[in-house]
Amino acid sequence: MVLDVDGWVGHVPGQHVDVRLTAPDGYTAQRSYSISSAPLPDRFEVTVQTVADGEVSPHLVDVAEPGDQLEIRGPVGGWFVRRPTDPRPALLIGGGSGVAPLMSMVRAATAPTRLLYSTRSPSDALFTADLASAEAAGGDLVAVTHVYTRVAPAGWPAPPRRLDADTLARVAWPHDAHAVAFVCGPTGFVETVADLLVTIGHNPATIRTERFGPTKG
Amino acid sequence: MSTTTVGADDPHWVDGNALAGPLGEIMGADLTVADLTCAGCRMTRPLAAMRVFDRAPGLVARCPGCGDVVMRLVRTTARALVDLRGSLVVSLPLPRV
Amino acid sequence: MAVISRGFGGRRRDDTDLPPGQYHTDDFPVLSAGPTPRIGLDTWELAVITEIGERSTWSWAEFTALPADETTVDIHCVTHWSKLGTRWRGVSVDTLLADVESSAEYVVAHSYGGYTTNIPLEDLLDGQAWVAYEFDGEPLAAVHGGPARLLVPHLYFWKSAKWLRALELRHDDEPGFWETAGYHNYGDPWREQRYLAD
Repeated sequence: MVLDVDGWVGHVPGQHVDVRLTAPDGYTAQRSYSISSAPLPDRFEVTVQTVADGEVSPHLVDVAEPGDQLEIRGPVGGWFVRRPTDPRPALLIGGGSGVAPLMSMVRAATAPTRLLYSTRSPSDALFTADLASAEAAGGDLVAVTHVYTRVAPAGWPAPPRRLDADTLARVAWPHDAHAVAFVCGPTGFVETVADLLVTIGHNPATIRTERFGPTKG
Repeated sequence: MSTTTVGADDPHWVDGNALAGPLGEIMGADLTVADLTCAGCRMTRPLAAMRVFDRAPGLVARCPGCGDVVMRLVRTTARALVDLRGSLVVSLPLPRV
Repeated sequence: MAVISRGFGGRRRDDTDLPPGQYHTDDFPVLSAGPTPRIGLDTWELAVITEIGERSTWSWAEFTALPADETTVDIHCVTHWSKLGTRWRGVSVDTLLADVESSAEYVVAHSYGGYTTNIPLEDLLDGQAWVAYEFDGEPLAAVHGGPARLLVPHLYFWKSAKWLRALELRHDDEPGFWETAGYHNYGDPWREQRYLAD
């Protein structure tokens, strides 16, 4: 979903916006959405996953039309961000729709960036084409690795399985690279990956996480 | 008394990052990058790394180490309340000059 | 000035038989200010503590052997949802306090997990409140406050403390978890006493 905002000065990759809907009687509902575009003036993209019995996402996906006005607050969040001035290499690990803020980091990468993206199957993956072109355009700067936990494409080198320490260790930067790690996904995924990162020797102080709770949509 | 709480598989919380908007609206600054010292276990962490229970009458941030409440945020009709009795110190980075 | 979102009505309906500002839901939303405590029935205990510190306690077996009521009530959450005709089984607070000597006027309900809420004692008596352990014919689920929760349906539902551990009788009123953070001290849904100043 692409939003045009006059005077929007861009964001720092990793930040989110809060979207607030207001009914005629004053009732409001608010949700946070990660920005997945690269920083640009006046326009940004958020990823909205429809939650069937949700309150906000079905409205944004099924009711809202181009031209409608939305009340947003943002960009917000100064913690789960990768600043363009940060020269350290980064390992980004996304689970499911948790790839959204990492997509912004990949698109805006100015330092070496590896993305490990875990989904159930290839068809569950978001941004497949964008990731491929970001990787191609990024040269040596960007590397993308997909892992599938349920269904892998034919001829895929690894059988589908949960992300484990071995897979992580193969993608992770060497210790002397002093890399930072950003992990985003469902709560259980983030918890597991953060633990695995520490297990394989990543400095806990340079792991930043963003958990999606159970979506209330 | 054996009270156990579930951590990893308890689904009803998000990271403190989620407070950036609601707190920013009230305080005019991004408090999620502030370090909070938990009054329960004395550990210091950024607010962004606390656990926020957001399905409640207010937003409740808890220390991931000991589970104690470090911050509560409640919006009433005309006011917003930020309760910090669970934090001993709130330390904010100054803007770089 | 808020932007009215075209076509957005939220989940609200016009329900004139509900307290002001409430909408009707058939779900049973789970609201929680912290992780769900899991309490083994072998170690579970309910206590009534008087203003001079005298404790009466019940093990799970003792508690569930007490005379219990079936009650069907409407519940009203301060976050605007109401659920009508909910069916509970539990022990009336009158039964728990029958042999307790006290001249206290206030009660603090204490939960496993540390939650507290305050209620005038008279609001818990005369068949107005229960310690409930079954919902809709089933053992009360942990996410809804099991093994046992307080049920005070005539007040906003945050007063119906989940995972009840003790009722503390006091001479003075001691505001609880939400009452110290901007919510109303009494919480009558029909007078829409949501917040401190309401």
